[in-house]
Order: sequence, then structure tokens, then C-alpha cells
Amino acid sequence: MDSDLSPQDKKDLDKFIKFFALKTVQVIVQARLGEKVCTRSLSSPTGSDWFNLAIKDIPEVTHESKKALAGQLPGIERSMCVEISLKTSEGDSMELETWCLEMNEKCDKDIKVSYTVYNRMSLLLKSLLAITRVTPAYKLSRKQGHDYVILYRIYFGEVQLTGLGEGFQTVRVGVVGTPIGTITLSCAYRTNLAFMSTRQFERTAPIMGIIIDHFVERPFGNVGHMHPCNYRAPGEDEGAYNGVEDSQEVCTTSFSTSPPSQLYCSRLSYQSPVLVGAADFCHPSTLNAANPHQMGVPGKEGGVPQQVPVQPCHGAQAEHRRVSSFCHDPPPPSVGVKSGSPCGVLETTFTRKVGAFVNKPGTQVTTASLDLPFAAFAPRAYDLEENDPMVQPPESSATSSPLQGSLHSQGSGESGGPAQDDFVMVDFKPAFSKDDLLPMDLGTFYREFQNPPQLTSLTIDVSSQSMAEDLDSLPEKLAVYEKNIDEFDAFVDTLQ
Amino acid sequence: MNCRSEALEVSVEGRQVDEAMLALLHTILLHRSTGKFHYKKEGTYSIGTVGTQDIDCDFIDFSFVRVSSDELDRAIRKAVGEFKDAMGNGMDGMGQISLEFYQKKKSRWPFSDECIPWEVWSIKVNVVNLANEQERQICREKVGEKLGEKVINIVEVINRHEYLPKMPTQSEVDNVFDTSLKDVQPYLYKITFQITDTLGTSVSTTMRRLIKDTLAL
Repeated sequence: MDSDLSPQDKKDLDKFIKFFALKTVQVIVQARLGEKVCTRSLSSPTGSDWFNLAIKDIPEVTHESKKALAGQLPGIERSMCVEISLKTSEGDSMELETWCLEMNEKCDKDIKVSYTVYNRMSLLLKSLLAITRVTPAYKLSRKQGHDYVILYRIYFGEVQLTGLGEGFQTVRVGVVGTPIGTITLSCAYRTNLAFMSTRQFERTAPIMGIIIDHFVERPFGNVGHMHPCNYRAPGEDEGAYNGVEDSQEVCTTSFSTSPPSQLYCSRLSYQSPVLVGAADFCHPSTLNAANPHQMGVPGKEGGVPQQVPVQPCHGAQAEHRRVSSFCHDPPPPSVGVKSGSPCGVLETTFTRKVGAFVNKPGTQVTTASLDLPFAAFAPRAYDLEENDPMVQPPESSATSSPLQGSLHSQGSGESGGPAQDDFVMVDFKPAFSKDDLLPMDLGTFYREFQNPPQLTSLTIDVSSQSMAEDLDSLPEKLAVYEKNIDEFDAFVDTLQ
Repeated sequence: MNCRSEALEVSVEGRQVDEAMLALLHTILLHRSTGKFHYKKEGTYSIGTVGTQDIDCDFIDFSFVRVSSDELDRAIRKAVGEFKDAMGNGMDGMGQISLEFYQKKKSRWPFSDECIPWEVWSIKVNVVNLANEQERQICREKVGEKLGEKVINIVEVINRHEYLPKMPTQSEVDNVFDTSLKDVQPYLYKITFQITDTLGTSVSTTMRRLIKDTLAL
């Protein structure tokens, strides 16, 4: 089937697919950062806005995507997936949704690569922008903060949906037919989260769009060290990342109204690419030797992360060369994306993103893991009322999370909740309460207040007194009352 | 050429009408807008960049994405405002707002240009009145979910990749696109509406607008 494609078309198609995959990941991750996204329209093309859409490139995300792709492109039976999960302050995590970029064998030989495929990819990205705001995880991600964060993981290969629990829904974002196969973009999302979100995650005060530093290894309790995410709307923190300058490939911005046979000859306009240093491709300022798999949303250590290359960026060199090929120069020797690590062998890279409050990086998620009570969460219909710490104070001992000591203050002793496998225990921290003044904090007081002891006069001991004893004590009581009759009369007078 | 026609229906409270309509109309226009065309020699053209921004609704538990263009937003808000005024404030009622994409076909004098629609989106709106705050809170969430379903419907239709006007030459671009905005270029569109009062009789403002458009030379 490739023999029907001209070499130029094949090259263009591969480039389009590669950048489409990268932009897809950017859109998905940026939609889950918890902030509103805003980019400006530009009437004149800059030459670096792929698919004529202003989608900024977060360098960390680009790096992770390229690492996952490892020189391959999404193709038939080689799907690119972005898994979005939620991680609580206690280390419990749950998969929320999986976005899949797949390709099937249905080819559209007659479609024009440089025009129709490109425009349809642009349309599909717009659809992705719309759909990412509609799935349940969006609302959760907007409210992430002290109690939980949203994490992402990119992997390449076979789609895994088992972590989404039973009854997950699928929404198809769209398809684009190409001469080598049909690209499909879809999302499978967990559904039995709906009642959880209203009870568990909306109980605390709303967090105003602050993203916790995902990849920094800090105890959850030391909130003071955390900083908001750098990725704000354009105009703020422009230095935080180089945005579109990362895409060193010149993208197609010029089209022709001539008949299709003249398309290649008339493709003349493009802008000189904005050439930036190799450092930008190998951004990960937050990667460190101890935690190679931590997530790539840059830290907030006082603002702009230093863009220091961690490893030699051979990939960047290749990208430079490929720019000139787009300008109709002889094709470069290197073809395809080459990341810093040796490629050529397709490896399914499972980069488990670890939240800020976990000191166990790179843990592979398995259902058998005791760290993940959520594994058994999905099929069970549990009654939240029974597990609600507000209604019944937790009685069992805390869970075996190693973070227990660091995550919870001394005041709130009953942390962790009942030893249930299938729900998230969000510790009740009343607003403005301090944990370290008294042994009993406001939360504990409130819980005890909800369950006061019985009045002694209503206890069974009193009522078990026999009638005979009551009658015997009556004359004595009457005598006392008659003695104090003046007091009673004076009291009655005050009432009138 | 047959005009593609899609219908959506939502039930909202009075104060949610604006945001619900904006959400759906902007979602459609996001897909039906491109960057500004810049024509060069030899029949080539380059396309500007479309930015996007997230909008949170105040009266509905919903967020949507629209094109970053204040001019376009103003035009849509104006039309939605007129629709809402026509619906009346705080009254039960039904109405329908239509977003029509069309192409202009030049006619010889004395006939005016013909507008040939190629895609029409009709959004039927039922306005309900709610009795108390609890019902309003439930309505916030339910309408948010419904709008999410409508967005998915819109995306599904658009990604069928059915007819789209051919990319025009420079001389014909104004017959296909609205080139009056300075930052983006939506396909030529018009927004019309019809109001149905509670008795079911229709007050057809569409007819009035059609006559006005035809007479405007």
C-alpha cells in the first residue's frame, strides 16, 4: 500500500502523524493540569504552529511523548495511549481515563496528504480540545490540589483498559483516513466516579486552579514548599517554557488553490524555523537520578526551571536537519524521531508518573498491589454513608501507607479510615483549623460532637428502678418541697 | 447539493439560556473557523493560527472551548442576547436558534447574491422555571451533563467529514468565508431564531429576517 504514495507524500504523512501524536498528548495533558487554557489567535502564521492551531508545547510532555514513542510512529497495532489517573494524598490512586490514538487498516488511497489529511487532523485536534472538557476527569482535574492530584502516563503499544473498572464508557473523538490507514482518536473513561466526585472530592474547599508539583518528592503535609504550576496563560511566565519554539519542525502553513497535481510544485511559503538550542528538547530539569520516572510538569522552585540538557540531544540535531529537508533541500540522512536513548527496538515504555506525596517512584500499577486499594474499587457498589467519617468516626487503625506519619498531623489521629479496599479516604480537614494546638483538633471535636453520649437520665439503669421504690421515696420528696414552698412561689411570681 | 441539517435540543432554566447557547454555538464555530488566509503568488496561500480559550459557565456546571476571537465572541453574544430577549425573561417557553453556514453565489444584476446553505444546526431550547434552590442546583449539574452530550454529538457529526466548500481562490474567498474578522476566519454563517410561546403558536422572526436580508443590497 505504501507503493502508491510518493516519497514526498510518505515523508509528509509520517511527519504529520508524528506531530499529530505529539500535539494530541499536549492537548490532553494541558486539559488535565487544572487550569484554564488560553492561547492567542494570530492572523499571520508563525511557521511553528502545527495544524494552524495555537497549542503550546510543554517541553516535559514533549520529552515524555518522544520517550514513549522511541522513534516509532503510531500505526496498526501500535497505539499511543495517554492514561490519566488520580492520586490522593494518602497514596491511593485510580485510573480515570485512557486516551487512545490508534490506526486501523482501512486506507483511503485517494485522499490528498498535504491538504486534506492535514486539515482533518486540525479538525480532530479541535474536537479533542472540546471533548477533553466534557469527560468527568476534567472537573476533577480543575479541583485538584491538596487532597489529590491528577497524573498522566504515556505508553505505546497495546491499549490497556482494565484499570478503568467495569462499565467504563467510550467516546470517539474522530477519525482521519490516510493512505496508510485510518487514524482513530478515542477516550475510555471510568463512570463509577460520579458519586465519588460529589462526596469525596468536593467536600473540601475548592482549590483555585493550583497545580501541585507532580514530580517533586515532598511530603504532602509541607504544603508551604509547593508552588503553582508554571504553565499559565500566555502573557504570564513566558519564560517558563519556550512554547511553540520547541517544535523545531516547520509545519505546513502554505496551501495551494491550484489543481492537486501542482500541489508540490507550488508549495513555496514557509517561515524560517525558530531555531533554539538543543537544550529545549531535553528539558527535564525535574528529572533526577533517584526518580527517573517522575512526571514532567516542571517544578515551581521559584519560577523558571533551568533548561539544562540531561542527556545529549541527538534528536535535536536530527530535527534541525529535517527542517532543511522541508525546505526542499536534499533529504537528511536521519529519518524519524531519534531520542537521546538508542532506538530501533520498539519498547513499551511504562513511565509511571509519581505524585508529589509518594516516595515510591516507578511503581508499576498492579491490581495485586496493596498500595492500591482502588484496584478492587470499581466493581463494588459500596455505600458511602457507611464509610463517611463524618457520620461514623473511623475506628480501625490507619492503612499501611508509608506516608501516614508525614501526611497527617498529630491532631487528627484517626486518619486512613476504615480498612476498606475500595474507596478513597479523604481526611477531613476543616478550613482554617490548626492541627498542632490541642490534642483534639476541630475535626475530632466535630466528629465527637456528632456522636454525643446518651443522657444519664435516659439510660437504662435509671429506668430499671422499680415503681415501688419510686413510690416509697415520694413522701420524703413532698416534705422537702413543702418546706421550700415559699421559694417556689417567688419563682412562679418572677415568671409572670 | 443537499444542505446538511442537524438538530439539538436542550432544556434549561431561564438564566442558563445564554451560556448554553454560547457553549453550543462556539463549539460548532470552533470547528468551522480557520486562521486568516494570506494569498501569495502562484495560487498559494498560508493560514494563520487559531487560538482557543476555556470558558467556565457561571450558571451551569460546564466548561467549553471557544476560538480566541473577541470579535467573533461579540457577534455570537449579540445574537444570543437577541434570542434571549425574544424568549422573554423568566418565562416558560420554547424557542429555536439556528446556525447556518452558507456559500454565496454571485448572480448577475439586478439579482442579489444567492445564499446557499450547506450546513444548518438547529438548537431547540425549552425554558423551564424552577421552584427552589435545590432544584436549581440539580439543574446546574444536569444541564452540564446534557451539554456535554451535545458537544459529543456535534463532534460526531463534524468528524463524519461530509461536504465542506472547496478552498476558494482569492477572488472567491468572500463567497465562502467571513473575512471581516481580523484574527480568525469562520465560514460564512448566519444566526436566526424562532420563538414558540407556551400556547404553541409560532412567531416566525425568521421570515422577517429573510425578507430583510433579501432587501438589503
